[in-house]
Amino acid sequence: MARSAGALNGGGVAVGAALILLTLGTLGVVLWRAGGASLGPADWAAISFTVVQAAVSALVSVGLAVPVARALARRRFAGRGLLVSLMGAPFLLPAVVAVLALLQVFGRSGIVNRTLEAAGLPPVSIYGFHGVVLAHVFFNLPLAVRMILAAWQAIPAERFTLAASLGFSARDIFRHIERPMLRETVPGVLLAIFLVCTTSFAVALTLGGGPAATTVELAIYQAVRFEFDLDRAAALAGVQVVICAIAVLAASRLVRLSGFGAGVDRVAARWDVAGKGHRLIDEAAIAGAAAFLLVPLAFIVLGGLGGLSRLPDAVWPAAMRSVAVALGSTALCLAATLLLAIAIVRQGAPRWLETAGMLPLASSSLVLGTGLFLVIHPLASPEALALPVTALVNAALALPFALRLVLPALIRIEAAHGRLADALGLTGMARLRWLVLPRLRPVLGFAGGLVAALAMGDLGVVALFAGEQGVTLPLLVQRLIGAYRMEAASGVSLVLVTLTFALFWLFDRAGRHADR
Amino acid sequence: MLIADALDLQLGSFRLTADWSLAPGERIAVVGPSGAGKSTLLMAIAGFVAPVSGRVLWDGRDLTSLAPGERPVSILFQDQNLFPHLSVTQNLGLGLSPRLRLSSADSARISDALARVGLQGLADRRPADLSGGQQGRAALARVLLRSRPVLLLDEPFAALGPALKAEMLDLVREVAAEAGALVLLVTHDPEEAIGFSDRTILVADGQAHAPRATGALFAAPPPALRDYLGRP
Repeated sequence: MARSAGALNGGGVAVGAALILLTLGTLGVVLWRAGGASLGPADWAAISFTVVQAAVSALVSVGLAVPVARALARRRFAGRGLLVSLMGAPFLLPAVVAVLALLQVFGRSGIVNRTLEAAGLPPVSIYGFHGVVLAHVFFNLPLAVRMILAAWQAIPAERFTLAASLGFSARDIFRHIERPMLRETVPGVLLAIFLVCTTSFAVALTLGGGPAATTVELAIYQAVRFEFDLDRAAALAGVQVVICAIAVLAASRLVRLSGFGAGVDRVAARWDVAGKGHRLIDEAAIAGAAAFLLVPLAFIVLGGLGGLSRLPDAVWPAAMRSVAVALGSTALCLAATLLLAIAIVRQGAPRWLETAGMLPLASSSLVLGTGLFLVIHPLASPEALALPVTALVNAALALPFALRLVLPALIRIEAAHGRLADALGLTGMARLRWLVLPRLRPVLGFAGGLVAALAMGDLGVVALFAGEQGVTLPLLVQRLIGAYRMEAASGVSLVLVTLTFALFWLFDRAGRHADR
Repeated sequence: MLIADALDLQLGSFRLTADWSLAPGERIAVVGPSGAGKSTLLMAIAGFVAPVSGRVLWDGRDLTSLAPGERPVSILFQDQNLFPHLSVTQNLGLGLSPRLRLSSADSARISDALARVGLQGLADRRPADLSGGQQGRAALARVLLRSRPVLLLDEPFAALGPALKAEMLDLVREVAAEAGALVLLVTHDPEEAIGFSDRTILVADGQAHAPRATGALFAAPPPALRDYLGRP
């Protein structure tokens, strides 16, 4: 390990301290401000809605993911790899874009309701509880499939060979091999999705609302934007932190947040499921999941192409702002992650550093936003600082994910090459330049792509800060949806999605084109 | 003179002591059973393992508190002696300047060193494009450039075949002679120890024994070495 990282190490400690200040500091401001506020019935309704919808979203996502993961784990077919890769797409997809796509499929005049109408059946509504859950399942079903599939494929192939030689039926295999695996895996997946859904803002903003379907995050936003009741916003932010912290603590015992698709291309040979019945079940699961994912994705492209002629003038300035926010956020996040990781792998590094890197998981966009709003509001116009604050908050919220990617890679690099670097006296910037950066490049590229995509699609803190002017692309889409200008919204969405995936691709490619 | 002065190394329940001195330019073999601490001894001299007590001295200077890169020592490990993402030239250059700021004189020295080990024309290759023997030669070229007075070899050629290994040891001998360097070579092979070294340190039973003349040691091995060699 590096002995004298000097200035770099000091940088890492500064990053850790800044994260603590940002997360716990804003929390302190929030709690101090919330001191006198009390929660009304509407707030309690929001708390209960948040918890219930997150629980239902997690249960439905995992319930549907198990048969899909099982089918992918035991069937080989053309396009399987592509489908598994596509399961990674919703993670990068801006929430507001996905919501728009779901509106076009399940909305009032979407294909589902038109089909129902033609058949003389009553329409279904995408707004309210169902809609929020539907959108969360759309986002999290693929995540659940990938996590459960990874666990399925971690079962050694020899286990199935042995089972076949003992004449196990599919039911026996489930009982003796698969059920124990699921019992270990599923609670962690449920909690991870529950956590994601408790901080849901963009979905609730577009599909929820009203007394029956408001999340805590949405209630914070409304308290700030519509009522300008900062005390109540602060109290709600305090509640949100409690919900997140409980879920994070529970999840940290059960889940490892790594594995963005590591090793999901292997299919163990199976002899127990060759029968027609099993095949039909698997085919139905795969076809159903593919349709549920691909139809809305297709609508983003098709609807978007149709809407390109109706693009508002505001789209290009908004695109510039979004790209600037994404790039700023990525640069900040990668630099902070790198400094923090270098400080963490150093001999005798204090343990609080790694904890500091995970702290943002227990916060949320709107909580950090409210805290910063309370700090900035008396000093400057929040509107003027909307973009820098958005970049900062997104960098902080993405840092735990980036750190989970970078830290293990850095530990591997130090284990393999640290001794030689020490023997040659490579320290500080020389070590960074000649050892760490070249070897970390692929991981930094991938992490940078993720951070850029997340920041590009963020609709959280920016909604809290931005005014009429100075909007980003996600905010523009949301406002166009709110004004029922669906075609224009589709066109802007396509621009947003294209830029998001282009940024991800560029970063990832820049990393891969690293030296061998 | 390299002195292990009442050196006491402990890692968990493992313990190794050493107390002796070696002359400049000597060739020393380090033998002993697996896990006895041959590598640990070299790592302590190179500065990767801090002693619980005792000192390592070179020419009267206490090295104990120096970082590995600041010691008058070159070391070759069992593997990973070259950075895979850098060219041969860059790998050698890091031996001259950790910031890789090379003067034209440095570049000329690198070319000379490459020619010296028979790698001319391979300067721009990556380690992955070199054979095992060529990788060993590149690492030795860097040793040559650094010209530190102590050279530690922790079985860097273990993966090579017998002929190639002998060839590498000849090159080590030349490189060391050129710099007048003291060499400590970890080996499992009595023939190799006898062929290469003047004196041998036996590492066994928690102790790096004081060096003895290699021929005499193997002719009349003490019990610990006899057990290791499997002789009656």
